Amino acid sequence: MSRGSKRPTLSRRAFLKGGLAAAGLVAGAGTANAALTPGDDHLATLIDISRCIGCGECVAACREANRSEYPQPKKPFPKMYPPRAKVADWSDKQAVDDRLTPYNWLYIQQATITVAGEERDLTIPRRCMHCVNPPCVKLCPWGSAKQLENGISRIDSEICLGGSKCNKVCPWDIPQRQTGVGLYLDLLPNFAGNGVMYKCHRCHARVAAGELPACIEACPEDVQTIGPRREIIAAAHELAKAVGGYVYGEAENGGTNTLYVSPVPFETLREAIETGPGQPDLQPVKDTMAQANQLISAMVMAPIAGAAAAIGKFYAATRSSQEEG
Amino acid sequence: MSVPPPITKLFTRHTLYRALLFLCALTGFGQMPIYKRYYLADIPGFGWLADFYVTRFVHYLGAALLLGLLAYTVADYLMRRRSIGSPSWSAWVRSALLATIVTSGIFFVAKNLAGAYFPPTAIIVGNLLHLGAVMGLLAVSSYCLLFGKGWTSDPGIHKPKRV
Repeated sequence: MSRGSKRPTLSRRAFLKGGLAAAGLVAGAGTANAALTPGDDHLATLIDISRCIGCGECVAACREANRSEYPQPKKPFPKMYPPRAKVADWSDKQAVDDRLTPYNWLYIQQATITVAGEERDLTIPRRCMHCVNPPCVKLCPWGSAKQLENGISRIDSEICLGGSKCNKVCPWDIPQRQTGVGLYLDLLPNFAGNGVMYKCHRCHARVAAGELPACIEACPEDVQTIGPRREIIAAAHELAKAVGGYVYGEAENGGTNTLYVSPVPFETLREAIETGPGQPDLQPVKDTMAQANQLISAMVMAPIAGAAAAIGKFYAATRSSQEEG
Repeated sequence: MSVPPPITKLFTRHTLYRALLFLCALTGFGQMPIYKRYYLADIPGFGWLADFYVTRFVHYLGAALLLGLLAYTVADYLMRRRSIGSPSWSAWVRSALLATIVTSGIFFVAKNLAGAYFPPTAIIVGNLLHLGAVMGLLAVSSYCLLFGKGWTSDPGIHKPKRV
């Protein structure tokens, strides 16, 4: 979480219009551009919290756009063993919109805070952060979660087994499970898997077709801006500087493709929001993928050291036998 | 009264290899969400098996040590192959399985880096290869342990003792 440091220079609407085209160009350059660091060419969104009025148009648009992908579970559900494996059934609660569910991939989080001595209600659209190096994708043991080259992470409902590992490794508790649907029903439904995980895929098909994600298109207040991550980060800092605000998502979990700008510190905001299952926090998050990745140098060095030790042993033995001979 | 073997005798290359194979297999299977579901993580001292980040870290650490040991063994064999003898059939099978595990493992380490994109099919095939080769290696190794099959054709060299 950081405070802005630059002045705004971009028109938000012009940025919105030009962002996708620019992103396409940058993405087209691909990894051949050595100056880019991972994530720079991703499509990122900037969410200006102070502009959100909590009207819910984005939530309705998300539901409308993605309704065809919602789970249609078969009942009764297979009995699962051992009984610790619990059913997660949202099919009779599809209208729930105060948290993330398999039928609600975006919701409005609410906070009442005091700004300059004045009480103010803030509303925050919450959905997948689309991490630059998403643990849900990288640590999926089956490969059903995938990251597109434009930074969108999505779960393939055709092959997800619903083990919920993606939820457990997600710092924001984003993917949500629905039991009674998916590939596990054709394998060992009583003993392995438990449905399919669902979350925002930032309307990947619409984006691929050159359209905006539904939530962005439907927003009457232009709360969200989309574009190449490097430019979105610059825009976030400009906006934060202009309103004396704060940025969240630039470094969290090693960087995400969703950046929030808040008029109050995120420490203050997180004290005012309701968190829990399906209700993500706004906490500081270290780079969860970095710790093990730091061992890669050891993986490179270990074989060299092993071979060197064998050569050293052979050399010492040869020399010893020569001295004896 | 028998004299216990010196500590250095307990840490032979075979012992280290088996310990690392066990550690890597344990933490590797832990990448699937099974230990908590099947109560293994409830066993006192095994709670860490339910933490995917911890098991991944230990898996990487074990893999680094295993790579070092394999490189040592291969280099040692290449330099002393005349005195050691030719590999047995089970050594070829185990080596092929180890090579598959190492190759697919390197692929997964690369996949987990930021900015690495691989086709979903490649990831699924890699998963099946890695998991299948580990299960195959465990099966072949158990067979070799049970029936005293060594790594070389010459008896007495690199051959595990039958208990």
